[in-house]
Amino acid sequence: MDLYEHQGKDVFRAQGIPTPRGIVATTPEEAADATRELGGRSVVKVQVQIGGRGKGGGVVLVDSPERAAEEAERLLRDGFKDMAVNRVLVEELLPIAKEWYTSFVLDRSTGDHLGMMTAEGGVDIEELARTRPEAIRRVHVDPMLELRMYHVRQLTATLPVEARERAADILRKLYAILGEQDATLVEVNPLVLLEDGTVVALDAKVTIDDNALFRHPELGSLRGGFPIDPVEARAKEAGLQYVKLDGDVGIIGNGAGLVMSTLDVVAQAGARAANFLDIGGGASVDTMSTSLEVILSDPAVKAVLINIFGGITRCDLVAQGILEALVRVEATVPIVVRLDGTNARLGREILRGAAHPRIVSATTMLEAAQEAADLANAGEAA
Amino acid sequence: MSVFVGHDTRLVVQGITGREGSFHTLRDRAYGTQVVAGVTPGKAGGDVEGIPVFDTVVDAVRETGANTSMIFVPPRFAAEAILEATDAGLGLVVCITEGIPVLDMARVHSYLKGSGTTLVGPNCPGVISPGRANVGIIPGEICAPGRVGLVSRSGTLVYQIVHELTQLGLGQSTCIGMGGDPVHGIGFVESLDAFQDDLDTDLIVMVGEIGGDDEERAADHIAGHVTKPVVGYIAGFEAPPGKRMGHAGAIVTGSKGTAAAKAEALEAAGVRVGRTPTQVAELVRAAAG
Repeated sequence: MDLYEHQGKDVFRAQGIPTPRGIVATTPEEAADATRELGGRSVVKVQVQIGGRGKGGGVVLVDSPERAAEEAERLLRDGFKDMAVNRVLVEELLPIAKEWYTSFVLDRSTGDHLGMMTAEGGVDIEELARTRPEAIRRVHVDPMLELRMYHVRQLTATLPVEARERAADILRKLYAILGEQDATLVEVNPLVLLEDGTVVALDAKVTIDDNALFRHPELGSLRGGFPIDPVEARAKEAGLQYVKLDGDVGIIGNGAGLVMSTLDVVAQAGARAANFLDIGGGASVDTMSTSLEVILSDPAVKAVLINIFGGITRCDLVAQGILEALVRVEATVPIVVRLDGTNARLGREILRGAAHPRIVSATTMLEAAQEAADLANAGEAA
Repeated sequence: MSVFVGHDTRLVVQGITGREGSFHTLRDRAYGTQVVAGVTPGKAGGDVEGIPVFDTVVDAVRETGANTSMIFVPPRFAAEAILEATDAGLGLVVCITEGIPVLDMARVHSYLKGSGTTLVGPNCPGVISPGRANVGIIPGEICAPGRVGLVSRSGTLVYQIVHELTQLGLGQSTCIGMGGDPVHGIGFVESLDAFQDDLDTDLIVMVGEIGGDDEERAADHIAGHVTKPVVGYIAGFEAPPGKRMGHAGAIVTGSKGTAAAKAEALEAAGVRVGRTPTQVAELVRAAAG
C-alpha cells in the first residue's frame, strides 16, 4: 500500500524526522486559507500515489493565497496523469542550501534491506543509477542485524562533514520505520540541508506491506480515503484480487499466474482484457457469483471469459456460482466458460443442464480465449 | 531418483489439525507420501486419522524421524514455524501459507543462510514427484511419472502446464512450485541445479511471471551451468506497470520486471520460450524428440 506524501510525513513526524509545516486541502478555499496561515506564500503539491510530480506540473510554488486556490482548483479538477485527485498538500517554503536523496527498500533479489544515499538531489534516481552508479552510495543491511553505525557512516560519507550527524539521525529513524511499521520502502527525495544547517525531509514516499496490515490497523484504515474505480471498490469489498485494465474482455480465473496467462492469451487472440480477477484457491459458490456480478457491472465488458483449472477449487461449485449470479443479475454479454481439473465434468454437466442462452462452453484455454476475443470484437462492431 | 521429495521423504505437517492442513495431509498420504507426524501446539497426544500429533517439531522429529516439513500455519505465525523447523534440523521445509509479512520472510531468509535447511515457498503449491511423493497441494491426478522437471512461481500455471504435458504423454520427474512471494526460499537457480544433477530428468521447464529478477538471474545461470534443454514460459505480458497482479511479488516496478525483458533474457540464454501454455508443451515434445 503506497501512502500519500502527507501520510508518509505523518509517519516521519511520529518518528521524530523534521518535515516542513504542511496543511492538507481538499478545496481551493482550503488551499488559500492554508497559504495565508503559512505566511502568504507556499508550495502546492498534488497528492497521488505515483512519482514524476515535479516535472508533470504537480508541484507549484505560489506567492499568494489566490494563486494557491487557482492551482489547487486546477489539480483537483483535471487530476494528474489520468489519476483522480482529491487532495493537495500546502507547505511552507524553506530556504534550501543543498538537496540530497536517501532511501531504504526491501531488496527482493537479496532478501535484505538496501540503503541508498546520494549528495545529488532532486534527481531521477533510476536515471542516475543508469548513468552514474558511482554517485550513489549503497549498503545492504541484514534484517537480523539491523542498521549499524558503520552502515550509516558509509551512507553519509558523501555529505559535507558538518551535516553528517543530523543526516545520520534521520537515516536511523527512517530505518526504524521499516521494522516498526512494516514499510517496504521509505524514500526521501529530496532530503534538504537548510541555510541554518538543519536537515529536513522535503518529500516522503512510504510503502507499507499489505501482508502486514494486520499489525497496523491505523495504517490500513487510510486506504478508505484512496479514490478508486467503482467496480474495483466492489471487488475489494468482496475480498477479491481485482485490477482494472482498459480492454473489453472481462476475465475471471483461479490463481494469479493462470489469470495473468489468460490476459496474455486473450491479447494474442486479438482482444484486450478489461480486468484481472483472481478468485483464489478453494473459492466458494458465493465467491464465484460475486466475481461474476462484479465483472458484469463493468460497462466496458463486451464478453466474459471464465478460465478455471481446479486444484483445491472445485469446478462444480464454480458452475453453481455462475448460475447463481445469473439469477441475481441479467447478463447482456456472452460468458465463455472453460472448466478443467477437480470436478470439471460435474461442473460442465451443471452448466449444460441449465442451458443458459448467454453461456458458451469451451474445452481448452486457447479455444476459450479465442471464442471470448471474437465475441468481444463482434460486440464492439455491433 | 527425483529432486527434493521422494520415497525417502518422512513428512511432518505443521498446522495439521487446521481445515486445509488436515485435508491436504490426508490427500498427500493417499497419494503415497510417508506422513509420519503432525504438529499443533497444545494438541500433543492426539492424532489425525492415525497420524500422531506433537506440540513441537523437535518432539516430532525425535519420535518419528521426520526429515521434511510442510507448513499450513496461519500467516502471522508461519515465519516462526519455518524457524522452528530449521532449528529442529529438517533438511527440507515446504511452506504453503500465503500472506506472510515480507519483513518476517527477510529475517527468515537471513537465518536460513547459516543452516542446512532448504526452504520451498512460502505462498506455493509445494513439490510433487509423480508416483513417489506429494508434499503440498498440487493435484496428483494431473501428473504422470516421466522425465520432465518443472519449476514455477505460479501454482495454477503448474497445473495448466503439467496438464498439457501429461495429455501429450510427457511425464514429469518432479514439479516444484517455488511460490509467488518477493522473498522466498529456493528459486529457479537452485531448482535448475537440482534438475541438472538429477539422473531422471532430461529436460527442464521453467515458468516465470512479472516482477523481480529471478528469471533474469536464471537466464545468466543457464548460460554458464545448465546443459539440459530448458523450455520457458512467462506470464504477465499484459500487466500494466505499478499494479500488483494477485501475487505479492507480481508487479512491474518502473521499467523493471516486465515479461518482455524476462522472455528476452531467457531466449538470449538459449531457452525456447513458449507464448502460451499449450505452446510450451509442444516445445517440450519437439525437444524431447
